[in-house]
This record gives sequence, C-alpha cells and structure tokens, in this order.
Amino acid sequence: MNPSVDALRATFGSAIGRAQEACGDTIVTVGSANLLEIMRWLRDTPGQRHDYLVDITAVEYRDRERPLEVVYFLRSLERKADLRVKVELDPSGELTVDSVTPLWAGANWLEREVYDMFGIVFAGHPDLRRILMWETYAEGYPLRKDFPLRGRFSRAEQVRQALNANPEAHYSIEELSIAEAYDELPPDMRERLRRGQRGTVPESE
Amino acid sequence: MSKRTIDFELATPGLGAGGAPTRVPLAAGPAGEGQEHDLGGEHLLINLGPQHPATHGVLRLVVELDGETVVRVIPHVGYLHSGFEKLGEYRHYNQIIPLTDRTDYLSPMANNVGMAMAAEKLMGIEITPRCKVLRVIACEMSRIISHMVWLGTTSIDLGAFTPFLWAFQERERIYNLQEMWTGARLTTSLTRVGGLMADVPDGFVEGLRQFTQTYPNTLNEIDRVLTRNAVWAGRTQGIGVLTADEAINYSLSGPMLRASGVPWDMRKDQPYLDYETYDFDVPVGEHGDVYDRYLLRLEECHQSNRILQQTLDRLPDGPVNVDDPRVILPPKSRAMSDMEAMIFHFKQVMEGVKAPVGEAYVGIENPKGELGNYFVSDGSAKPVRWRIRPPSFINLAAISKMAEGHLLSDLIAINASVDIVMGEVDR
Repeated sequence: MNPSVDALRATFGSAIGRAQEACGDTIVTVGSANLLEIMRWLRDTPGQRHDYLVDITAVEYRDRERPLEVVYFLRSLERKADLRVKVELDPSGELTVDSVTPLWAGANWLEREVYDMFGIVFAGHPDLRRILMWETYAEGYPLRKDFPLRGRFSRAEQVRQALNANPEAHYSIEELSIAEAYDELPPDMRERLRRGQRGTVPESE
Repeated sequence: MSKRTIDFELATPGLGAGGAPTRVPLAAGPAGEGQEHDLGGEHLLINLGPQHPATHGVLRLVVELDGETVVRVIPHVGYLHSGFEKLGEYRHYNQIIPLTDRTDYLSPMANNVGMAMAAEKLMGIEITPRCKVLRVIACEMSRIISHMVWLGTTSIDLGAFTPFLWAFQERERIYNLQEMWTGARLTTSLTRVGGLMADVPDGFVEGLRQFTQTYPNTLNEIDRVLTRNAVWAGRTQGIGVLTADEAINYSLSGPMLRASGVPWDMRKDQPYLDYETYDFDVPVGEHGDVYDRYLLRLEECHQSNRILQQTLDRLPDGPVNVDDPRVILPPKSRAMSDMEAMIFHFKQVMEGVKAPVGEAYVGIENPKGELGNYFVSDGSAKPVRWRIRPPSFINLAAISKMAEGHLLSDLIAINASVDIVMGEVDR
C-alpha cells in the first residue's frame, strides 16, 4: 500500500476512510469534514508534497444507492507519485464540499465544471458560476444519472428559450458594473441584478 | 533553454519627459511618477469574441480596459459544449473513440491513443510491440501538426503571414500520411481497444521517412524568420509571464508548464508506450513568457522528428492487435466462414467489450498538455463515467492571471500562446 495512506491514517485517524488499489493507482477516501486540512497536509508536508493538482471531477454511479464521489487527482512532481483522493457525498443530502481553491488556483475552473455538471456546491469558492452551460440554463445538471441524454426540455422548448434569451444574461453583474452601464439599465433589471437574480427567460404569451 | 541572446526595448515605443524613447510600463499597479491617467480611472468594457479569428475558436473574453491596459479578463467558454462525457456513458468503449477525434481536433490521433490506453489499463490488456511503436508514431505526428497549427495561427495573430504558409504546408504532408493510414484527415479514429483500426499501408514508412528528412528545413526557416525577428521578440518577450510556482499552482501542463521552468513531461516522468527507450530531450524554458513558449514548441517539433526517425528504425514486424477474441474483432473473412469467429464478432458488435469493475486514469503528454482519460466501470460494456482531463481548458484558466496589466494587443499574444482548441475546452 502507498506510504501516503499510512501517513494519512497516522495523522488524521478516523477521518481517513478505506483505501484501495485500482489498476496500480492508490485511491483513498476521506471524510468531507476536514478535506481542506487533509489536502493542505498532503500538499505541504515534506515527504508528501503532492503539490500538483491534476484534475477534479465527480462520479455518480448507476446504482442509486451508492454515494456521489468527488475525485481529486494529486501528484507530487518531485516524487513522481500520484494519489487519488475521494470524498463521498450522500445524494439525498446536501451536495456540499469545501473548495480547494485556497490551495490551488487551478481548482477554480475545475470546481466550476463539477458544479455545472453535477450540482455539487464548493463552499468557499470565489466565483461558483456555471462554466460550460450558460448562466440561465434551467434543465439541471447534465452529468447526473437522472438527466436524460437529450435534455429535460423538449426540442421545441429549447429552441423557444434560445430565441427568447434575454440579452442581459450575456453579461454578469460584475461585467456590467465595470462598464458603468449599471446606472443606465432599466430599473426593473437593476433591481433583479441587485437581488442577485440573473436574466430570466420570459414566459411565452 | 538559454537561447535568448537579444532583448529588445521597442515593444511599445513612447517618449519620456526628456524626449528619450521609453518603454511604457506594462505591469499593473501604481503608475510611475510623472504619469497621468488621462482617462481618470474610467474603465472600458470590451467584448472579444466568440466570433473573432484571434480567439482561436469560439472563446469569448470580456475585457476591462484602463486606456489600453487590461485590468481584468473574464473568459466565457462553453459555446462548443457537446456533452462528450455524457455521450460516452451511452456507448461501448470502441464507440467512444470517434468522440475523442472531435475533442482536440488538431491532434486527433493522440487523443485516440490516450483513450484506448485508459480502456486497456482498465481491462488489463497489454498491447503488441508493433502497436506500441505505431502509437508513438501517431502521437508524435499529432504533436507536429498541432504545433504547426499553433505556430501558423500565432504568427498570423502577431502579424507574420509567411510562417503560417510554411507551417500549414508541413501539416498538409502529415495530413496526407494520416489519410493514407486511417482514410481520414481529421476524424481519424485510429485506435481500437487492444490495438489499431489498421496497420500502416505500403509506402507509409517511406513517406514518413521522407517527411522526417526534410521537415527540419522548414523548422529552421521558421526559426530564421521569427526567433531573432525584432517585432516577434518585442511582442513576445516578457509577455504573459508565469513563474514556476504559479504554473504549478494553476495546474498547467505541457509546454505551458515547461516554459515556466518546470521540467515535467509525462513521456519522461511517467513513461508510457516505452517512451523511456527513445532518445529525445525535453526543452524547458526559464522566463515563462510567450517567447519561451514559442521556442519550446519549436524545439519540441525537432524532438518529435527525432522520435519519429527512431520509431521508423525500430518498427518491429508482427501483429498490431492483441490476440484476444474478446476485444479484437475477427477478420471479416473468418467471421463469415468460422462459426466461433462469427460468435465472437456478434457478441462484440452487439454487447461490446466488457470491462471489469474498477477505474483507471491514464495521462499522456498531448501536444497541448497532459490529456487524461479517466474511466469508471461497473462491469458493463459502457463506462459509468468517462472523464477527459482537458489540457487546454485547464491552461486557459490562467489567462486572466497572465493578461492582467498587459496591453490589449498583448492579450492576443497571450491567448495564442496558451494553444487552446475550443473543441477540447468545451467538450
């Protein structure tokens, strides 16, 4: 077994769940409560130095009983060793896990993508917005297993929404405030943006 | 890489108080003494893209400008999102291969190889020696065409048209070889789980050898035109600098990581396809700017050419596919005459290749960076999850960090230096 796992157990005890070998890679499951602490330890401890975050993704199994997993691929560039860390989330509970953006700037977009595709919220993320789907996308989270391959809405509805898309949805509030266009917006739109509400699709008559 | 012999001071000409030419400070932060902000802090919002040739695809950048200086860049991606990862969950492993063509469509063969390697790792398949060498050929050919497109388009972005034509001419020669091998120029779908769609045809080895003999001439010409070119150096040196620590912190990979001085190359450090047995060098930059990224990619083309020559010398005879009727289709002639072969053929086409329960991640050194393929299997013929670690997506995330404080025209150079392909960014 990978020595990192034993060292993790010695340091964090019961926060470290089961560890397994899969196709030569080590996978260790950790509790979501002190994820950030564990990650910081893995990154900074001499002898560990998993300083490179390869990827973050999530997995939902076809078996509905199994928990969702958030998967972190870590690498130590100096030791040339990889470690995969998983956090399990109960799909019926709150899908929230701490963001690792304080440790790795590269986690920013990766976590946004996981949020976009799975609806997992990363607490403490500086800018948790959808990234591949548009901001007003209302059909849910595409990579979840309960999401049909062709989308939730009918093709006609998708076309209608696309044609009716509100131009205000193309800019975020911070972008509008940069341009000092905020004061020139119609009052109702300004009010919506102030409430943090982004562009909405108008109802069909 | 200490090839930098010249430092130009003519990037952005201007006249100082004494009338002497000065360089306009590019860095953000407090402006120097005696300088006035004419615009009184009024910032301008520029929308660049998604339909703009200099954004290399449908990338949209919302840029906040102070005068001509970039204060903030807010990238918007997703215009080309096609849900490949979702589609993969509904397909057999071999049916996923055509999807990989369409992610990074500038190096389709290398994507095919990466995906097949991940499926093979999951299934515990060891490929044949000939297949390994042919896959190295596929990867290095892809590296050359991808870097040629990068070089051509970047030089156009910065105002040099000639290298574009030279680079695309060379790419065309590789495309011809690719077409000879796979029947397609863009959507190659070269690999299969456990082997290749086809062995190389007659005349391919000779054609590739001829290419490797003349290709360095073009690289040298490009080198002569650009490397010591005052405009080129002025527009690329010191632009978009990332230190080694920043590059690691942003999870950059490939040329972007190495240009910042981090000597990490999957081919050397986590070798696959017997890369450790080839004799090649990994260029590493020291300044982490656009110019170093250019030098590094140019040198990588030379090294890829070296690897290609070695593969041609060592290409062993033998089968390209593993001898396993579970994963490799029997030849059509046998499937039509031999009962057992027909059963295997039927089972594979109808049910697909079943993978054992488990998961596997394979990262390979693609032209743009580390391409990862991550499969999770529940024992059926279709993966539960197929994740692509997209190198251009992750490299692009650092663009705000790189561009802030530079001029708007430098943003174009920086964006070009990331070497993105939107098919992969958006997947």
